[in-house]
Amino acid sequence: MSRAPIPYVGHLQERSPRTLENGIPFAGGNLHSVSKMNAKIGMLIQKQEPGAKLPHETLIRRTEGWQLINLSELYRYRDLLWFLTWKNVKVLYAQSVIGIGWAVLQPLLSMLVFTIVFGKFAKMESDGVPYALFSFCALVPWAYFSNSLLETGNSLVAQADMLSKVYFPRLVLPLSAILAKLVDLGIALVVLAGMMLWYQRSPTLGIVVLPLLVVIMMMTAGGLGMILTSLAIQYRDVKHAMNFLVQLLMYAAPVVYPASFVPEWLQPYYALNPMVGVIEGFRAALLGTRPMPWDWILTGLLIAIVVFLIGLLQFRSQERIFADVA
Amino acid sequence: MSPVIQVSNLSKAYRIGKKLERADSLVGLLRDTLTAPLRNFRMMRHPASAESERDKELHWALRDVSFDLQQGEVLGVIGRNGAGKSTLLKILSRISEPTSGEVKITGRVASLLEVGTGFHPELTGRENVYLNGTILGMRKKEIDRKFDEIAEFSGVEKFLDTAVKRYSSGMKVRLAFAVAAHLDPEILIIDEVLAVGDASFQKRCIERMLEISREGRTILFVSHNIDLVDRLCNRAIVLRGGGLEFKGNVHDAIAYYMAEDAQQGTVRDLTSHVRSGDGRARFVQVEIQNAEGQPCDFFSIGETVRVVMTLDVNFELMDVGIAVILSSASGNRVVTSWNREADTSFHFDQGQHRIYCEFEDLKLRPGHELWVSLWMEDTGSVVDHVESVTEIRSRAHDEASRKLSTDRAQGVIALNQRWGLDRRNPSTTKNIGVSI
Repeated sequence: MSRAPIPYVGHLQERSPRTLENGIPFAGGNLHSVSKMNAKIGMLIQKQEPGAKLPHETLIRRTEGWQLINLSELYRYRDLLWFLTWKNVKVLYAQSVIGIGWAVLQPLLSMLVFTIVFGKFAKMESDGVPYALFSFCALVPWAYFSNSLLETGNSLVAQADMLSKVYFPRLVLPLSAILAKLVDLGIALVVLAGMMLWYQRSPTLGIVVLPLLVVIMMMTAGGLGMILTSLAIQYRDVKHAMNFLVQLLMYAAPVVYPASFVPEWLQPYYALNPMVGVIEGFRAALLGTRPMPWDWILTGLLIAIVVFLIGLLQFRSQERIFADVA
Repeated sequence: MSPVIQVSNLSKAYRIGKKLERADSLVGLLRDTLTAPLRNFRMMRHPASAESERDKELHWALRDVSFDLQQGEVLGVIGRNGAGKSTLLKILSRISEPTSGEVKITGRVASLLEVGTGFHPELTGRENVYLNGTILGMRKKEIDRKFDEIAEFSGVEKFLDTAVKRYSSGMKVRLAFAVAAHLDPEILIIDEVLAVGDASFQKRCIERMLEISREGRTILFVSHNIDLVDRLCNRAIVLRGGGLEFKGNVHDAIAYYMAEDAQQGTVRDLTSHVRSGDGRARFVQVEIQNAEGQPCDFFSIGETVRVVMTLDVNFELMDVGIAVILSSASGNRVVTSWNREADTSFHFDQGQHRIYCEFEDLKLRPGHELWVSLWMEDTGSVVDHVESVTEIRSRAHDEASRKLSTDRAQGVIALNQRWGLDRRNPSTTKNIGVSI
């Protein structure tokens, strides 16, 4: 079986035509299931009686190479996505006394430590705002990014038993992880607002950019997380490497230090990390420490889209063996 | 009418064997990638051995299986452990991919391989119904519509707003099954899940399955439990070692399955079985027979079972103690029978000997099995001990025994029983008695 041409998102694609037994040509082949569109074309040719229910046809065979994202199927399972996300949120909060508090404690405590270590001892630059606020403003998006990366990276492994017992589009697992963490982000933002009130700083108009920054984070964490989780389900040591990696990654983003710290000539490469644009964007929008770094945000957006697409495709192409190795 | 499921030449292979085992850690993967050229070089130098090596390392869980399922049929899939039933199910449910061959399905499929998939203890019953329902493929609107029915079927309506971690295991199962029972697919694929709950619940589940089939939907039912297959299915296929051995109506299929088993199953050669003991004598063969001395694998309640053992004695043994141990599938020891308890003493000189142990009036629940282990000792030291060498299996043979629940959680033994109102309270109601 030959490899498919470079895939694009959608569910009709060119394949060599195969015929159904009643002689209707349809495009089939390497798809997991024939989409309703194909069946409807067949219906027009076949002249069925009006009102006859069209049977849903599924063809199961070995697939090879890249796979498309089956959007219609994902849409059909949107209720599952909702309930899984809901479960992720509720379970985290129900399981610990400080449940909701954890979303806040983590960045708060980090901020305390960083303020003492980097702010006081190392006397790090903080672009003209108190170091505590400076670092907390960065820790909020960073916490979302690192937590959703880890959660997504673990999503398949955590639900491994479901994988071998029931069919559903596997994508809902990493997707629900990214969505569930948004609740944490929301709560942390409320605390951040409280902090800003305390320090008597008001946000700039740049605040409208925040949703875009969140989307960039979601796509980056999602894409990377999907690659990681499709590896994690096959190779046991990925889980350990992930935790370690994420900790190190924090220093590749301007969380504890301002981006201005990085030498000029290095900055364009530095900005290839989408979190650079996101974090400085957060600071620019909420604290006004600098003008909105549009070029970094744009770079970040492009990279985020690429990472997300690669992650999706990689996930889909590995999907066929998940149940076998889980 | 064209079939709703058409399976053509379906095959599934897994790689086994040390050499080509996939690394399961990144470090291992790195090592494998680096040593790959070395392995390829070795394979090139000895191509013949490489071929056979590679063949040995492929385990064909399914081999060239083809069959059709017509609309409205209830097809049973039976076979021993390892025959490929679960693999077939996984492929039909799109959980696993085939290695070759194809399946064409017309209509929506719902697969029930497990009851309660996705259930989380921290969520309430209501939330779990929605989660489980959507995992099984239902839409939220559909669940909303059927929610009251589901709640009523499960019998746990009052507790739906409590976290499931507070439920008893029976309640969890009933709730999970209630969700599953309200799936409305055109084709239903079911694994052993019916064997849950107490007898009355099981009855309800089976009735529901029959209802579904009467509505004209198609069912594919996989089970070890020959009884259930008999009750529910009209056609069946028999799998063995990954291949399809028989296709036809359910009674013929069951007869085929049992006949083939009886032929090769009952006499077990134990010479290479894992054992412990000092070896002055060894169990070399064991056979399960019925009262007439014929090899038999399936027994009914009340029948006599003979365990016939062949021993190879190397050193003369006086007054040996031999025990036949019967254990349930979960490993619990149910019966230990010593020859001395029956006032029979054995004295063996060198050579081969055949002895038997006979159990009267078997009380094994239909659908269950007892694993047989053998033990031989002489004045306190173990001479030979082999575990789980063969099984005694039970199936229902008449109306009365069919009433017994085959659920694994109900226990392996079914005693004679009678139920009724206690005479000391003479009320106007009738005295109801049920006896087996």
